Amino acid sequence: MNWQYVCKLDDLPVLGARVLERSENAGGNVAVFRNDQDVVFALLDKCPHKGGPLSQGIVFGERVACPLHNWTIELKSGAAVAPDVGCTARFAVKIDSGGVFVELP
Amino acid sequence: MHTAATQVKQKLAVIGNGMAGIRTVEELLKIAPDKYDITVFGAEPHPNYNRILLSPVLAGEQTIGDIVLNDWDWYKDNGITLITGTTITEIHRTRRELTTDSGYKFKYDRLLVATGSNPFILPIEGNTLPGVLSYRDIADTEAMIDAAKRYKKAVVIGGGLLGLEAANGLKLRGMDVTVVHVMPWLMERQLDEKAGKLLQGSLEAKGIKFRMQAQTEALVAGESGRVAALRFKGGEQIAADLVVMAVGIRPNTMLAEKSGLQVSVRPGGIIVDDTMQTLTDPRIYSVGECVNHRGTAYGLVAPLFEMAKVCANHLAEYGIGRYVGSVTSTKLKVTGVDLFSAGNFQGGEGTEDITLSDPMGGVYKRLVIKDDKLVGACLYGDTVDGSWYFKLLREGKNINELRDQLMFGESNIGDVGHEGNTRAVSMKDTDEVCGCNGVCKGAITKAIKDKGLFTLDEVRKHTKASSSCGSCTGLVEQILMFTAGGDYSATPTMKPMCACTDSTHQNARDAICEQKLLSVPEVMKTLSWRTPNGCSSCRPALNYYLLSTWPKEYVDDPQSRYINERAHANIQKDGTFSVIPRMWGGETTADELRRIANAVDKYKIPTVKVTGGQRIDLLGVKKEDLPGVWADIGMPSGHAYAKALRTVKTCVGSEWCRFGTQDSTQMGKDLERAMWRMYAPHKVKYAVSGCPRNCAEAGIKDVGIIGVDSGWEMYVAGNGGIKTEVAQFLVKVKTSDEVLEYTGAFIQLYREEGWYLERTVHYVSRVGLDYVKSKMVDDAANRKALWQRLQFALDGEPDPWFEFAKARVDPRQFIPIKSIAADVVAA
Ligand code: SRM
Ligand SMILES: Cc1cc2nc3c(=O)[nH]c(=O)nc-3n(C[C@H](O)[C@H](O)[C@H](O)COP(=O)(O)OP(=O)(O)OC[C@H]3O[C@@H](n4cnc5c(N)ncnc54)[C@H](O)[C@@H]3O)c2cc1C
Ligand code: SF4
Ligand code: FES
Repeated sequence: MNWQYVCKLDDLPVLGARVLERSENAGGNVAVFRNDQDVVFALLDKCPHKGGPLSQGIVFGERVACPLHNWTIELKSGAAVAPDVGCTARFAVKIDSGGVFVELP
Repeated sequence: MHTAATQVKQKLAVIGNGMAGIRTVEELLKIAPDKYDITVFGAEPHPNYNRILLSPVLAGEQTIGDIVLNDWDWYKDNGITLITGTTITEIHRTRRELTTDSGYKFKYDRLLVATGSNPFILPIEGNTLPGVLSYRDIADTEAMIDAAKRYKKAVVIGGGLLGLEAANGLKLRGMDVTVVHVMPWLMERQLDEKAGKLLQGSLEAKGIKFRMQAQTEALVAGESGRVAALRFKGGEQIAADLVVMAVGIRPNTMLAEKSGLQVSVRPGGIIVDDTMQTLTDPRIYSVGECVNHRGTAYGLVAPLFEMAKVCANHLAEYGIGRYVGSVTSTKLKVTGVDLFSAGNFQGGEGTEDITLSDPMGGVYKRLVIKDDKLVGACLYGDTVDGSWYFKLLREGKNINELRDQLMFGESNIGDVGHEGNTRAVSMKDTDEVCGCNGVCKGAITKAIKDKGLFTLDEVRKHTKASSSCGSCTGLVEQILMFTAGGDYSATPTMKPMCACTDSTHQNARDAICEQKLLSVPEVMKTLSWRTPNGCSSCRPALNYYLLSTWPKEYVDDPQSRYINERAHANIQKDGTFSVIPRMWGGETTADELRRIANAVDKYKIPTVKVTGGQRIDLLGVKKEDLPGVWADIGMPSGHAYAKALRTVKTCVGSEWCRFGTQDSTQMGKDLERAMWRMYAPHKVKYAVSGCPRNCAEAGIKDVGIIGVDSGWEMYVAGNGGIKTEVAQFLVKVKTSDEVLEYTGAFIQLYREEGWYLERTVHYVSRVGLDYVKSKMVDDAANRKALWQRLQFALDGEPDPWFEFAKARVDPRQFIPIKSIAADVVAA
């Protein structure tokens, strides 16, 4: 287990995301999302389509629309919504006393 | 030879008062009105009506009265005897005599059999219980409407065209509807799997439930004896107070068989030749769903109408015209769902596919090509080009040269450049507009001109175009608009904003204004959005409507804006951004250029480019550098990333140019300074030229101003993008103050009434230039009021590159929350 403390919940915009920076060698940036129910999700910040930065998309429900060509990605699973196919890596998230933690490999 | 006075007319009897039979009679009256004494027998107690439109009746969009095609008077006026509520039970061919169910006998010389088809009833237990219906006629429709008032749970068996239209109608009438379908996806005979699944998604969003790949074993009665449940194979039961069976139709050939006419077994139907005469008896003709022609039985009206034309020709003894079969296409009549399919859309050996898929936009298109010919098309979400594809398909045209543009539709072929026309205008007179009734554009324009038609209803009555399934309505309206001018009465576009809601853009605008809604969630609650916080298509639209309706009161929601408007720069394909600073009227200074040059060096910006909009673009800026770049160059935001005022292009004008009549550069700068920071439904571009040589290309801008000796000419609603549209002359004014006032008023009207992502050209073509003139040219008081409202909205608006807090720019977005060093990860 490698739980990384990321930030306080309130550092994340509601229905938005911020970026956890990692080098390309370490696997690349992680997008950390927060929806209006205060559920937090973490996905690799790369759209399964052409690598668009998902952190920059519009968040709605439990989904995000990629800013480049508008694919829709499930925040829970990282999977593209049908009929598009593809999946981006997801990371486990926990919230503990207002702090957001992401499990990194 | 008889003389005309003593000629005894022959007797033509028609069995079946439906769509094919009566269409044949209409065609016959057109070419040989006096040839026959016509008697029509119909089993239903109604005059001829449009069966196709039973679906809108069930959905509550039309009434039974609306769908009558020929009322009682029509029969009287044309000397036709109509006997309704009467079924013919026997044809005695040698005596040429019919017998009705009440025993009445009737002699004929020629006979037309147009008995249509019967719904197929599944041979399962309980299929005759009260509450089990099929969907074919007015009686079925009325029974469903009645059941919807008294019962709650409906089950529709069959996920084809009829089943889905029934399900949609029952749902709109408040029932809880489940569709049971044996196949893995809906409308499998018209759609491929992807389109079928998208369709299921849209219908689920309307609240319809589905049980796919489910086989019905029996219908179960409740205590009252009425159907109460449906049992699947395997034993599971679901409750049902109403069961509609829509599992297919069978040609209605009972009478024909009994009378010794040759009938095919599979597919069924009375066998006819190319003149629509029955194989057995040349005095007996047959048309419609009851026939089998060259081994095919049809279930859509377009082929039946072609048959009617041929049949009438032979009944009139003209002896020309053969029916040689039809290629059919399908559309679904569920408001807000657009689908189209034709030909071999599944592909197969030797075929290639071109597909386009935009699931969030709800668009999917698949074109199937074989040997350089289009052989099939399946469109979902955007069906504008359906009739064009259908034409290419039927004509078997070689599409090799069109291949690259094929997917983007007819409007993209060969007219990049000047011709500012919509699809309807570019159509040839011989091109087909209405596929159901085979009406070409020429016939419609002629009727509009000759008969002085002004409304869609009149065109429908006179030409039949758009009177059947209605999917060409938009095209017919365009033709009407171009032929009759802005006077035509449009029917409103009913398309919902997106799958989250049934509300149209106009509904949302109206609600925000009338009920003074002040936040996105409030709008969604008031208009019963189906999703918790919308999607990437409706949220930006609502945010704009709120902003433009309640300036200074509504608090902008950056999370409802696209990334470009949230970061105030254009995102590039690699995730970096571009920065385009404002250069008033395209003028710059040495000082500005020096600051730009320094920033390029300091932030290692890879590309610097002069844009098509007379300013400079810095491409490849990292997101975290944006605030630094903005601060260093110290120039205002150019809003090149926003649905807002972009550039004001100018030419050098009278200051330098030997032809210049007016100071166009100063006018451009004044316009830009007065109106920058202005958000709009879509981007807005102006241009000002100093003389009619028009070097600033004012003819293709949202507002184009051209200086002339005596003042300024103003043009509006041009567009230089995807489809070039030439701006239309609006007005000529004398002073530069007037230019400001008129431009401001025009753009404010657009800001208040335009739909999100509608450019001025689309807005003006929707409302009409005359309407725009009546609001801001003819009505001086309103013009001033509009101009004032725009100034009020813009007064004190922040520059988002410098006033983060006021412009609600979240500065946290420019810094990562945390950087993970490589060694930590390795640990
Ligand atoms: C930079 C520029 C090309 C250039 O290097 O010259 C450009 C670049 C883009 N244009 Fe453009 N357009 C540029 C001038 C134009 C012009 C010419 C003009 O403004 O005089 C037109 C035709 C005029 C018009 O708009 O009517 C033009 C018609 C379009 C369209 C089609 C709009 C339409 O309604 O048909 C799009 C697509 C859209 O907006 O949906 C578009 C979209 C784009 C986008 C935003 C595509 C995108 O979503 O990423 C490009 C952004 C690149 C970037 O990141 O900077 N661009 N684009 C020009 C910027 C001008 C400026 O200074 O602001
Ligand atoms: C709900 C619904 C929606 C549809 N939507 C579409 C669509 O979008 N597009 C499309 O192209 N098609 C659609 N169709 C199909 C279209 O309506 C039929 O193809 C068309 O009506 C067939 O015309 P017809 O004259 O052959 O049969 P009908 O219109 O059924 O006419 C036959 C008539 O003959 C009468 N009759 C039968 N036997 C006798 C007898 N022995 N004596 C006297 N009268 C008799 C019947 O009562 C009936 O009135 C739809 C059909 C339905 C039911
Ligand atoms: S034409 Fe415009 S949108 Fe197309 S590639 Fe060039 S800049 Fe991009
Ligand atoms: S990169 Fe995400 S949709 Fe294309």
